[in-house]
Amino acid sequence: MVTPEDEVIRKRQRERARVMAILLAAFVILLFFITIAKTGMNW
Amino acid sequence: MPAMEMSNPAALPADWRDFVALTKPRVMSLVVFTGLAGLLAAPELPPFVLGFTAILCIALGAGACGALNQWYEADIDAKMRRTAKRPLPGGRMGRDSALHFGVGLAVFSVVLVALTTNWLAAALLAVSILFYVLIYTVWLKPRTVQNIVIGGAAGAFPPLIGWVAATGQVAALPLLLFAIIFLWTPPHFWALSLFVRSDYAAAGIPMLPVVAGVESTRRQVFLYTLPMAAAAIAPWPLGMTGPAYGIVSAVLSAVFLVLAGRVLGNRATEPAGMGPEKKLFAYSVFYLFALFTALVADRWLPW
Repeated sequence: MVTPEDEVIRKRQRERARVMAILLAAFVILLFFITIAKTGMNW
Repeated sequence: MPAMEMSNPAALPADWRDFVALTKPRVMSLVVFTGLAGLLAAPELPPFVLGFTAILCIALGAGACGALNQWYEADIDAKMRRTAKRPLPGGRMGRDSALHFGVGLAVFSVVLVALTTNWLAAALLAVSILFYVLIYTVWLKPRTVQNIVIGGAAGAFPPLIGWVAATGQVAALPLLLFAIIFLWTPPHFWALSLFVRSDYAAAGIPMLPVVAGVESTRRQVFLYTLPMAAAAIAPWPLGMTGPAYGIVSAVLSAVFLVLAGRVLGNRATEPAGMGPEKKLFAYSVFYLFALFTALVADRWLPW
């Protein structure tokens, strides 16, 4: 049985996982552009 | 079901918004701005993405300072009205989460700035974080009335880091920018501490108005404003900026002096009568924004 307390915990975990996913995706994109800039590729 | 009704709210995974609050976003905005100004005032600019990353790292480093400060001062924050609702004293986050978040953010920001810009910028960022956390928060703040005078150095690093991230070396102008923020910090914080004196007294923090009294603090606010104004105008006569910055900094500093003079002349001892102190505190934030905006404009606009 899922208690209301469990529901709050699951909701928090889902929200945090979503924010973490967005931050990681942004970091990957940032690393890509940093690599382009550091290697001096012009495009 | 709201967290407040839970049997033990701190046992919940903390809300992501509370992690954001832990970084003190309002303080971070000033740090980001002065760091960006330092970077944009430099004679050479890095590629956009590297400059962006440097500023991001300065912001993350400031966020780490905020988180570690709140982790260390959770019990003090609980005693002050202004800070009692923060995530830790509010019971919305466990102390370990704040500590891990703060340390993680600090390490991440220093490593990232080292890999993307240069090791000197990374070293300065590391020193500024350690200075804020260990020298200011842990050592000075609970012990001495000089806490924010010396501790102000931590907040003065961002323009220097921004400049070094762009150029790879320290120069006279970013050192002057460091001096401006260093000398700006005492009148800024003491103006605030005058009208929230009871909070600091309740928390046992030896801020100047608590230890030396209101009159002495007002005198110190005015006295520190003099070298601050001199440092703010100095880049112009020293030939580091043009007359546009010189004029703007002179006018802004003159207004600062007038407001500090009004604080000096105020005789109120209760927060309700401290209009001049509240005005000076609000103006001091605007002053720093306007001064650094003028610096960047002077560097880039074709006068």
